Amino acid sequence: MAARDPSPRVNNAIERDEAALIRGVCAGQKELFHELIRPYERGIYLTAFSILRNQGDAEEVAQETLLKAFSHLDQLRSDEKFKGWLFLIAVNEARMRRRKNHQHLFESIDDDPVETTEGDFMPHQFADWRDIPSEVLDKEEIRSAVQKALENLPQKYREVFLLRDVQHLSVEETSKALGLSISAVKTQLHRARLQMREQLAPVFGRRWSDRLPFLKGRNPW
Amino acid sequence: MVTCAEVLKELSNFIDEDIDPQLRAEIENHLRGCRRCSVLLDSTRKTLRIVGDERVFDIPVGYSERLHRFLAKKLGTD
Repeated sequence: MAARDPSPRVNNAIERDEAALIRGVCAGQKELFHELIRPYERGIYLTAFSILRNQGDAEEVAQETLLKAFSHLDQLRSDEKFKGWLFLIAVNEARMRRRKNHQHLFESIDDDPVETTEGDFMPHQFADWRDIPSEVLDKEEIRSAVQKALENLPQKYREVFLLRDVQHLSVEETSKALGLSISAVKTQLHRARLQMREQLAPVFGRRWSDRLPFLKGRNPW
Repeated sequence: MVTCAEVLKELSNFIDEDIDPQLRAEIENHLRGCRRCSVLLDSTRKTLRIVGDERVFDIPVGYSERLHRFLAKKLGTD
């Protein structure tokens, strides 16, 4: 199983290499741009897809995002992280495309999550989860279940979840990319995580444990 | 002493270690005696490990090649 986040030492090394690549591209070595964006190209596509939910549109937006990043690379401030800046462009490009396609007019009504009056999501699945060996994630049915769970999240939760927990942007970077307050990011992330867990519980939970009498009982929430 | 409802409310901040030390200690104490909350925490952490693995999400076949071909053409690096 891959670690969630690279260690700070690895992160520092990546940032040093990136800074060198960015300097090179800005100095005219355009071919280095390919190397610079390679670690993020999957994430850019997934981000665009999470907003547009259309493969062709998402691919085009990924292309436009990276072309725009190339054109404006010299405007990246020295205190700004390339990754956060790149995903900010991707979100803006995807949202522009979404508006252009008028998708937002059709999705907003049914996309609001069902919540309690306090806006909190209540978990219902309490079966213990099995250990998940890394190779399990290569299985088609597992990948399909995870992708379906992500697609089932309401749009605003999906975007936060994808940037924070799939792409590992910081809370601050996620907030900037999506134009949300820090507290809105944290709230939406919390709900998204619980809903993802709930949806995946039937796949990864030990179903037999549901039948054990001592695990049954009143929901404390 | 924190309740299950408080643990649920702080679960995400707890995972991100974005919580004050006193509350963290109280939650840890609660988790030692509450199986449901422990399951909730463990399964949420596992969820994050699963989605954090990039193999889980499908990318269209040939996407990377098409992307770099497009950029090479636009940048004049082909």
